[in-house]
Amino acid sequence: MKAGSVVALTALLGGAAPPPGASSCSGCHGGVTPIPVLAGRNAADIVAALDAFRAGSKPATVMDRIAKGFSHDEMVAIAAWWEQQ
Amino acid sequence: MKRRALIGTVLAAPFIARAQPAPRVVVVGGGFGGATAARFLRRADARIEVVLVEPNSTFVACPFSNEVIAGERDIAAQLFGYRGVAMSGVRVVQSTVTAIHPDRRSVAFGDNLLPYDRLILSPGIDIAWNALPGYDEAAAERMPHAWKAGEQTLLLRRQLEAMPDGGVVVMCSPANPYRCPPGPYERASLIAYYLKTQKPHSKMIVLDSKDVFSKQKLFQAAWKALYPDHLEWVSLSDGGRVTRIDPATNTFETDFGSHKADVANVIPPQRAGAIATAAGVADRTGWCPIDPVTFESKLQPNVHVIGDAAIAGAMPKSAFAANAQAKVCADAVAALLAGNAPEEPRLINTCYSLVAPGDAISIAGVYRPVNGQLADIEGAGGSTPLNATTEQRAKEAEYADAWFQTITRETFG
Repeated sequence: MKAGSVVALTALLGGAAPPPGASSCSGCHGGVTPIPVLAGRNAADIVAALDAFRAGSKPATVMDRIAKGFSHDEMVAIAAWWEQQ
Repeated sequence: MKRRALIGTVLAAPFIARAQPAPRVVVVGGGFGGATAARFLRRADARIEVVLVEPNSTFVACPFSNEVIAGERDIAAQLFGYRGVAMSGVRVVQSTVTAIHPDRRSVAFGDNLLPYDRLILSPGIDIAWNALPGYDEAAAERMPHAWKAGEQTLLLRRQLEAMPDGGVVVMCSPANPYRCPPGPYERASLIAYYLKTQKPHSKMIVLDSKDVFSKQKLFQAAWKALYPDHLEWVSLSDGGRVTRIDPATNTFETDFGSHKADVANVIPPQRAGAIATAAGVADRTGWCPIDPVTFESKLQPNVHVIGDAAIAGAMPKSAFAANAQAKVCADAVAALLAGNAPEEPRLINTCYSLVAPGDAISIAGVYRPVNGQLADIEGAGGSTPLNATTEQRAKEAEYADAWFQTITRETFG
């Protein structure tokens, strides 16, 4: 699955159960805090950030370590789900 | 005969579907695991009736309670009620479960039975009294554990405040597994900070039943830099294992000698909350084996165990882990009640520890089921780099605070 199919995927995900890994994110991402909210955020932007964290090309505290636990396709599914929340 | 049975099934099926009451899930324990599971079950499928049973009207959060002990935070910041949980459509019952009957799918309150379709237990830990000889409930009034936040946290704080400058604070740290693996070392750091800044002729000694611990290199580097005169760590190999507690004299005995404390903090051996044993979901280790996809007990069907009580493989016993497990468990239970197969999950954990106010380190992990256990995904996770800058560590402290705000809001509403 490539980033281009993110748009098609997001249309299906309104009330769907979260894909593997997605439900953990809101432990940190969700409040009125310096940590960015994911709900409703553009999926392609989330995927780009995760890919950069995984590659080590984006400055990070913990997200570089967490992003390494997911494949690109898993990240696409997670990002698409968050966009719909 | 065959045809008649088929007709009977066809006719009966819609009737049963209509007449069947909503499935009921009972959640026992209103901490980071239980309260999250209850709220997310309602979110996963609003047809499910969710009952959360918790004996206390107010939850006292453990994360950041070490700051309360060090005098850097008010305990009021640790208190959470259940109004938000009730507003999510969860029936909150303030009561104590007296027994669980997995064979009858019922939770008992004395003579009253509450039937369930599925049960989620999130009982947290209990102190294994006398597992460390001499350490019983009476001893904890003199030598607090402060490993369940609340009155014990305040008792340890008061003792530190009352201690004259020049005193010795002694803590003992247990063997694995226990709640919050880096917790003793964060606490030691923050107590050392308090001593260094308020009572500089005093000292903190940590007697450890382990040679290795979570974020060890980071903690030891911080201690060397920040508290060289105020914090001493005695490893298992160096005789740190405490074998007996004497509350009459505030003394810790080890194989190599004894340490008399002015202020004593005993972090004792622990096990799953007592209701887990009563339900038959704890094994001989005192903890609860679970299926890593659904968190269903390996010992009792239709009973799920999450949080500190569960044997979650590589996942540590942390608030973050309990909350993450609760969300996975809630989705799995909703799927099972709807007759669907739960998806194989991925779970994340992140734990921050303060080595001083405004200076934090972290450990993270990503997990998936492998051979019936939750295992680390290789290449992911790990600790803050040893060469992290002051700015990065300050940012981690800021994120730790943000995490607490977010997770408590997600858990309690």
